[in-house]
Amino acid sequence: MQMTGDQILVQSLKDEGVDIMFGYPGGVLLGLYDALFNSGIKHVLPKHEQAAAHAADGYARSTGKVGVVLATSGPGATNLITGVATAFMDSVPLVVLTGQVSTHMIGGDAFQEADIIGITRPITKHSYLVTKTEDIARIVQEAFHIAGTGRPGPVLIDLPKDVLTGKAKYNRPKSVNIRGYKPKVEGHSGQIKRVLTEIKKAKKAVIYAGGGVILSGASAELLKFAEYNQIPVTNTLLGLGGFPADHPLFLGMLGMHGAYVANMTIHESDLILAIGARFDDRVTGNVAKFAPNARVVHIDIDPSAISKNIVVHVPVVGDVKGVLTELNRLQKKEEPVWGEIRQSWLDHVRRWSEERPFSYDKDTKQIKPQYVIERLSELAPKDAIITTEVGQNQMWTAQFYNFTKPRTLLSSGGLGTMGYGFPAAMGAQFANPDKLVVDIAGDGSIQMNIQELATIAQYNLPVKILILNNCFLGMVRQWQELFYGARYSSTCLASNPDFVRIAEAYGVKGIKVEDKKDVDAGLIEMINHDGPVLLEVMVDREEGVYPMVPAGAASSDMIFGPNKKDTKKLKVVK
Amino acid sequence: MKHTISITVENRFGVLSRVVGLFSGRGFNIDSLSVGETIDPEISRITIVTRGDDRIIEQVTKQLHKLVDVIKVIDLTDLNFVDRELILIKVSAAEKAKAEILRINEIFRGKIVDVSPASYTFEVTGDEEKIEAFLKLVKPFGVKDVSRTGKVAISREM
Ligand SMILES: Cc1ncc(C[n+]2csc(CCOP(=O)(O)OP(=O)(O)O)c2C)c(N)n1
Repeated sequence: MQMTGDQILVQSLKDEGVDIMFGYPGGVLLGLYDALFNSGIKHVLPKHEQAAAHAADGYARSTGKVGVVLATSGPGATNLITGVATAFMDSVPLVVLTGQVSTHMIGGDAFQEADIIGITRPITKHSYLVTKTEDIARIVQEAFHIAGTGRPGPVLIDLPKDVLTGKAKYNRPKSVNIRGYKPKVEGHSGQIKRVLTEIKKAKKAVIYAGGGVILSGASAELLKFAEYNQIPVTNTLLGLGGFPADHPLFLGMLGMHGAYVANMTIHESDLILAIGARFDDRVTGNVAKFAPNARVVHIDIDPSAISKNIVVHVPVVGDVKGVLTELNRLQKKEEPVWGEIRQSWLDHVRRWSEERPFSYDKDTKQIKPQYVIERLSELAPKDAIITTEVGQNQMWTAQFYNFTKPRTLLSSGGLGTMGYGFPAAMGAQFANPDKLVVDIAGDGSIQMNIQELATIAQYNLPVKILILNNCFLGMVRQWQELFYGARYSSTCLASNPDFVRIAEAYGVKGIKVEDKKDVDAGLIEMINHDGPVLLEVMVDREEGVYPMVPAGAASSDMIFGPNKKDTKKLKVVK
Repeated sequence: MKHTISITVENRFGVLSRVVGLFSGRGFNIDSLSVGETIDPEISRITIVTRGDDRIIEQVTKQLHKLVDVIKVIDLTDLNFVDRELILIKVSAAEKAKAEILRINEIFRGKIVDVSPASYTFEVTGDEEKIEAFLKLVKPFGVKDVSRTGKVAISREM
């Protein structure tokens, strides 16, 4: 039976198990939208394509499934770019569908034409320009396979109008076979054994676990591995939730705004077991001074991540879950070797964490943003999904929220995209209708996709937005304070709108808290309200994120607060 | 150090730009590049000559491997391989120099592919050393134009 390309595409998506997609229509997609109507696939219409991409990303990160986003040719497609780049940097599986002008018009500067394959080449794992209707089914199948396997990432399919209107038989291959794409899943057994030898030799071992642990669903294996060996664990931002924050072996996040104990432990260690992490510069600080005495074991599915930034002594290329399972299996046969050496290292580590835990001034009149996050962490159910924007809000969330389950923190780590958190929360909420989903936002970031209030209102999606309003682009302000003599050039948000009224204008409940004693009540009202809520909390404008490793410094060179002598009083300039 | 990298790829639209984009996007330089079909028309071979220390070259090859349309990547540098380049070179030929130019060409076993009253165009193939030597010898006569293919390479059978 002959079908149109539009119908083939919809059928292909169904065969991939797609139940929801996020998209925005346009001229070349009219037929496709018609085929989607009554197709059984839920189509969500955000108010900006960037938000559609972040929503698909939030859906993917919270579920582990491939997210799907659709946009029309030209401006629709280019609006996706920040969302695609965000997903690429954090290895999020997405299939990105874009409309394209008809094949005979491509390259002729046709109306609403953009070379989206060219534009997105550096930020996609792979991409396809479909030139024949009969290729659609195979390409869709391949795209899902590539997006979701190996090191996951976004795959783009560009669909010219005439390919979508053309006719062909639906012909989905039985299996995917791509000559050049065979990700190595199983770790080399010899290398795995070397890891065990390294552990036996080490006196000061530490596990540095990243987002790869969550991507491969290896949290339980990691826990077992760490407990068996009694090795302390630190997480990257994207790794948070991959190891329970309330576990005695947990050190907290490491890196630029990481815990003192985490950075010191890494610095003094003689063995780093890097698992699904990539030695990002926000983690290592100055690489030349990073962990000077450590041997490095690196377990990662992506061979190019190994020895990219620092020298690795024992590389294990493979899926983290499989490798950890194998390590745990091999270890079971032997007596654990901890005992006194391990214990004295753990005692040593514990002293660092007691010396300088994450903290803030608790006796102030103003509301400290850290306090709000601490309270939210206590009041919210353990399986609540937290998304963040970018800036201080993100770092305080990483420091003060206790993530105990994987896929409960969704945050833009690699690209650091302001405007990510709110639409990502939307996507996560669609995927998890019964969970509490909260976007912890800054007053700057929320305005980058604030139009999505219309979307959560339209679908009565119970997403909660918690704005920590400091009337500044706080993180940039902090750097200006520390390194530019407190000259607050273009970081004051004096023109902030009345967020509560904005929410209400869209039909979303708005709450404002200005007094410390009302924080709990505000949070509880937000959590309990059966529908979307925007909660604005007016927080201390001058608060900074500490500790901090200044750019270019060794990760053990941390500063613990601003030199108050040098800082001017903040003034809101009207 | 110079490396000659041989990349076997699917003969598909966009593959070359992906490979090249990978170099430019990371600030790696390409000294020369050549590309053409293999005996299997579905597969092309790209030969790239690039420079960098071991770490950079390792990154380059790993990143190339990651591309979905790349089937095989071999750094030929430490292996046994043969390489050739073809150049077309247009040399001014004053009447009294003609004999000398032709003699040099003969030694290098070049072909004359075009003649005009004032110039010869030669086709010369060979490895880098031979090409450079030829260029050096004809330079004094006045080289009007040169067009080079870039290196192609293939590994030797054991
Ligand atoms: C799209 C985008 N533009 C600019 C930046 C640079 N940037 C990083 S943090 C920040 C300030 C964020 O301010 P706000 O959202 O109010 O959060 P706060 O730091 O105050 O919590 C800026 C401008 C960015 N990360 N993303």
